[in-house]
Amino acid sequence: MPPEALTVIACGALAREITRLIAFSKLHWVTLACLPATLHNRPERIPEAVRGAIHRARERGASRIVVAYADCGTGGLLDQVLAEEGVVRLEGAHCYAAYAGQEAFAALAEAEPGTFYLTDFLARQFDTLVVEGLGLDRHPELRDAYFGNYTRLVLLAQSDDAALTAKAEAAARRLGLAFERVFTGMGELATFVQAAADGTIHGATDHSLLARHPGPGDRQGGPPDGQAPAPGALRAGDRPGSDAGEAHRDGSLSRAVAEI
Amino acid sequence: MSDEAELNLRELDDEELVKQIQDDLYDGLRDEVVEGVDILLERGWEPYRVLTEALVGGMAIVGVDFRDGILFVPEVLLAANSMKGGMAVLRPLLAETGAPTVGKLVIGTVKGDIHDIGKNLVSMMMEGAGFEVIDLGINCDADKYLKALDEHKPDFLGMSALLTTTMPYMKVVIDTLIEQGIRDDYVVLVGGAPLNEQFAKAVGADAYCRDASVAVDTAQAFMARKHNQRASA
Repeated sequence: MPPEALTVIACGALAREITRLIAFSKLHWVTLACLPATLHNRPERIPEAVRGAIHRARERGASRIVVAYADCGTGGLLDQVLAEEGVVRLEGAHCYAAYAGQEAFAALAEAEPGTFYLTDFLARQFDTLVVEGLGLDRHPELRDAYFGNYTRLVLLAQSDDAALTAKAEAAARRLGLAFERVFTGMGELATFVQAAADGTIHGATDHSLLARHPGPGDRQGGPPDGQAPAPGALRAGDRPGSDAGEAHRDGSLSRAVAEI
Repeated sequence: MSDEAELNLRELDDEELVKQIQDDLYDGLRDEVVEGVDILLERGWEPYRVLTEALVGGMAIVGVDFRDGILFVPEVLLAANSMKGGMAVLRPLLAETGAPTVGKLVIGTVKGDIHDIGKNLVSMMMEGAGFEVIDLGINCDADKYLKALDEHKPDFLGMSALLTTTMPYMKVVIDTLIEQGIRDDYVVLVGGAPLNEQFAKAVGADAYCRDASVAVDTAQAFMARKHNQRASA
C-alpha cells in the first residue's frame, strides 16, 4: 500500500534542503509548501502565517501535515497554534539547532553567547536578509549597535560549498566578527522529514519552554561562561554525524544528502 | 534638502523648536537634536522640562510608530542615538538641579544572552521618565542581579531576553528571589521579543512589558499604586 500523502509546511529558508531530502529519498508522496523566508525577521507573524498555511493545505485535501519550523523566536506562540491544530513541528529553538543537533548547538551557544549563526540559506541571502533587513545598507553606522556584543560568526554548513564559505567569511568580515565553519549536513531536519514521511510522528508537539528551564539548583551546573564547551561539543571543522554516536542520532540520510 | 539646510533653529519660538526637536529625533538627526537642546537651555528652560517635553515626547512618537509598523528597528535605533545625544547634554544638569527621581530600576539581559537593543531603549526611556536606572549590561546571572538588588535597593527589577533559549532563565532568577524570601521586595518586569503575557505570568513576574513605552507606563502605574498604598496606610 502506498504511504499516505504528507504535506510539509516549511520556512522558505529550508526549502532547498527539504527539496533535496525529498528528491534524494524519493519521497514522492511528500508535498512541500513554503512560507516566505522573510518571516525570519518578523517572528511574531509566524504563528498565524503557519495556521493559514495549515488551513489552506486542509482545504486542498491534505490530511497529514507537519511543520518544518522550530520555535523561531515565537516564544511558544507557534506551539500554541500547532497544539490547537494538532500538528507537530521540528524540535528546538531555531533551525540552527536542528541542523547542528540540539545538544551540540547548546554547547556552541554556551561556549560563546556572542555567536551569530548563518546556515547555507542565510549565507546565500546575507545581503537581503541581514544587510538590507537590518538597514545596514542605508545605515552602516548601526553595525555596532546590532553586532557590538557579538564576537564570532559561525557558518553551520549544510553542504561543502567553497563559494558559500567564502561568502560567509566575507559576511563575518563585514560585521567585524571572527569566522568559523561547522559542517552539520542536514542534521535533525533529515530525521524529522524522514520520520514524518514514514508516518512515525504523531500528534501535537509538546515544546513547553518552561518544561525545559533549568531549576534553581541547576544554575551552576553548566560550564561557566567563557569556558570550554562541554565534552562532546562541536569544534570548528567537526562533522556532526561523522562519529558513531552522532551517526546513530542523525541517521544515514542526513550524511548521504549532505554529500550530494 | 535645501529647505532643511536653511532652517535656523534659533529663529523658531519655543513651541516650534520643541516640535522641531521631536521631528529631528524622529529622523535620527543627532547633531540637530543636541543643538535644539542647547538652545532651549540657553533660553532658560529647566533641564527636566527639556527632557520630558522635547526628548521623551519625541521618543514616545517613535515608540507608537514602531508599534504600528510605520517605523522599523533601524529608524528606532537612529532615533535612540539622537536621544542619547540630548541626554548626554542633560544628564549632568539634571543631577545638578536635583530633578525628581520617581523610582529606581535595576535592569539587565539574562545569562547566556548578549542582546541589549531593547534593554537599552527601556533604560533610556525609564531614565527619561525620571527613574534612576542601574544597567547591569548583558549576560547577567542570578548572583549579579541579587548583588545589585542588595546594593541599590531598587523598586523594580527588569530582565530582558531575545532568545527562546535564554528567556527561561528569568524563572531561575525569580525562584532565587523566592528562595531568599525577598521576592515581594521588588516589582519584577520582564520583556524581550519572544516573551508574552502568558510567559511572564508563568515565570512569576509582575508584568510583561511589550516595549519601552509600555515599560515606562507600567512602572509609573506601579509607583502610583505604591504611593496610594502609603497614603492610605
